[in-house]
Amino acid sequence: MSDALETADRPAGLRRVAIEPLSRVEGHGKVTLLLDEDDHVRQARLHIVEFRGFEKFIQGRPYWEVPVMVQRLCGICPVSHHLAASKALDQVVGATRLTPTAEKLRRLMHYGQILQSHALHFFHLASPDLLFGFDAEVARRNIVGLAAEHPDIARRGVLLRKYGQEVIRHTAGKRIHGTSSVPGGVNKNLSAAERDTLLEDIYRIVAWSRDAVHLVRRLFEQDLPRYREFASFPAKSLSLVRADGALDLYHGRLRASDEYGRRIFDGVDYNHYWEHISEEVKPWSYMKFPYLKELGPEVGWYRVGPLTRVTNCDFIPTPLADRERRELLDFDQGRVAASTLGFHWARMIEMLHAAEAIKELLHDADLLGDELLASGERQARGVGAIEAPRGTLIHHYRVDEHDQVVRATLIVSTTHNNEAMNRAIREVARRYLDGRQLTEGLLNHIEVAVRAFDPCLSCATHAIGKMPLAVQLVDAGGDVVDTLRRG
Amino acid sequence: MSAGPAPVLVLAAGNPSRGDDAIGPLLAERLEAARLPGVEVLSDFQWQVEHALELEGRALAVFVDAGMATAAPCELRAVSRSARFLHTTHALEPGAVLETYHLVTGRTPPPALLLCVRGESFELGEALTPAASLHLEAAWAQLRRLCESEWVRFTSSR
Repeated sequence: MSDALETADRPAGLRRVAIEPLSRVEGHGKVTLLLDEDDHVRQARLHIVEFRGFEKFIQGRPYWEVPVMVQRLCGICPVSHHLAASKALDQVVGATRLTPTAEKLRRLMHYGQILQSHALHFFHLASPDLLFGFDAEVARRNIVGLAAEHPDIARRGVLLRKYGQEVIRHTAGKRIHGTSSVPGGVNKNLSAAERDTLLEDIYRIVAWSRDAVHLVRRLFEQDLPRYREFASFPAKSLSLVRADGALDLYHGRLRASDEYGRRIFDGVDYNHYWEHISEEVKPWSYMKFPYLKELGPEVGWYRVGPLTRVTNCDFIPTPLADRERRELLDFDQGRVAASTLGFHWARMIEMLHAAEAIKELLHDADLLGDELLASGERQARGVGAIEAPRGTLIHHYRVDEHDQVVRATLIVSTTHNNEAMNRAIREVARRYLDGRQLTEGLLNHIEVAVRAFDPCLSCATHAIGKMPLAVQLVDAGGDVVDTLRRG
Repeated sequence: MSAGPAPVLVLAAGNPSRGDDAIGPLLAERLEAARLPGVEVLSDFQWQVEHALELEGRALAVFVDAGMATAAPCELRAVSRSARFLHTTHALEPGAVLETYHLVTGRTPPPALLLCVRGESFELGEALTPAASLHLEAAWAQLRRLCESEWVRFTSSR
C-alpha cells in the first residue's frame, strides 16, 4: 500500500464523490473520492474538521475545575478526559504518587469506561456490518437487524454497556459530569454496598466478554481472506505500556514499534512526549497528522488504539485476556496485527481485560479505604496520558501562580489515527471501488474501514448541526448530479 | 403509591457547554429542582442503548432536546418505535431508544413524547443565545404543565 491515492496527479476534470457522515454531537467527517471518466479512483481522502477550541475553552479557568469541565469536550468518552486531566494536574499539585485507594478507584472508573465504550462500538456500530456483510441492505445493517437474527448478542451488547455505565456511576459519583477524580486523587471511595452491587453481575460480564472475543474469532475464521486483507496495511504502533511490558490502559510509559514489532523507542516518560511526537499540517485537511520525530513526517506515522495496544505490549496482566491475546497473535501466522478488522478482535480482548480487571478490583479492600488525596510541591506544568478507548490521549497544562490554566494542549486519539484512517480508505478505494459503478453497499466499505478505528469526532471536531449521511456525486464542472441520503 | 420507578421519566439530552445544546440539561435541572411527584429526571449528553433499560415500569417517557430544524419556540410530539439507527453516530434518536427497549425486553415500550426546543448555535464554550433563552421559558411552561397534569397525578397516585 502506497501513498499513491493521497493526491491525484491531474485533479481537473475528475468526478468528485463526497461521503459525509454528520451528526450534531460528534462533529463531522467527510470522505471524498475523485474518479475519472472510467470510474477509476484517482484520489481518496478522509477530512475531519478538527476543533482547536479546547485551549480557549480551558485557558483562564482555575486548575481544580478542569477535570470536571473537560468532560464537556466529548459526550462519547468524558471519563477519559476526566482522568487524563486529573493525571496532568496531579503533577501540578505535586502528587507524584497517589494513595492506593485513589489509584484503584480511578482505574476502576477507567475500566468501566473501556467496557461500556467497547461494548457500544462492537455490538451497536460494528457487528451488524460484520455479521450481515458490508453489502447488506442498510435497513438490516443495524441493531434491529442484529436483534432479529441474533437476539442474545444484541441484548448482551446493551447489558454490557449498561454495566460499564454503572461502574462509572458508582466511581465517578454521578452518571455524567462525574466529580470524583480531582488533582491529587479522588474525593470519594466506594461503599461496601456499591461494591456488592457491582459484584452481583461481574462474573456474567466476564463470561459475556469472553464470548464476544470468540464471536470475532469465528468471523475471522469464516471469511479469512476478507478479514485478513480488508483495508489492511502494516503500521507502526504507539501506546502506553507498563514498566514490565504489560498492557496498562491507565498508566505507563510510551513505547513505539515498527511494522515488524521492533522497538523505535521504549520506556519514554510521557512528560516529554513532544520530544518524540510532532504534528504535520497538510493543506487539504483541517486535522493534523502526528508522526514520530525519530522517523520524520514521511514515514513516521503510526496507529493507536486496541489492536496497537494488544500487539505492542508483552502480555496482558489478566489471565483470560492474555490467553486470547496469544490466540490472536498466533492466528493466521500473525497477520491479524496488520489487519484493520483486527481492531474489532483486539477491542473485544480489551473488553475482556477490563471486565477481569473490574472483577479483581472489586475484591480489593483498598477501594473502601479513606486515604483519598496526596500532595507535594506545587509545579507549574503537568502532563497526563491515558489509553482511552480509541487510543492514547494526552493532556498538557501550564498553570500560573494564581492557579489559572494559562496553556492547554490536547492530543486526542482520533488525531493520532488520522494517517492510518486515510490509508485504510485509500486501500478500500483501490481494491473495492476502482473501476466500478458506485453503490451504497460499495460506499459502505469505506465506512466499515473508518469505523474499525472507532473514531470519535466530538472531541476532534466541532458540532455543526444534525445531518444525515449524504453521498454527493459532483461533475467536473462542480455541479451536483446525484445525491444519496441515508438516515 | 407503589415502590417501583416513578411513572414519568423525563430524559433530557445535551451538552451544557455547547451553546443552545444546554437547553435539555437546563430544563432537566429546573424539573429536578421542582421535585414533582411521580416524575424522575435523567440528563445525559446524548441518548444511548442503556437508556432503553430506564423505560422499564414507566407509564410515560418524555424526551427533551434542542433541535435546529424545530419550529420556535418548541414542539411537543408523540414518538413511536423506530428502526432509524444511524450507525455513523454513537447516539440514538428517541424512537430508536424505544425500539431498543422492545428488542431487549420483548415488551411494548411506554408511550413517549418528544419536547424539542429550537436552538440556534451549538459551539463549544458558548452561552445560550437570546432566542434560545426565550424558547427555554416557553418549553419550561409546557414541560411543567405536562408533568403536573391530572393524568400524571392520577398515574403517580396508583
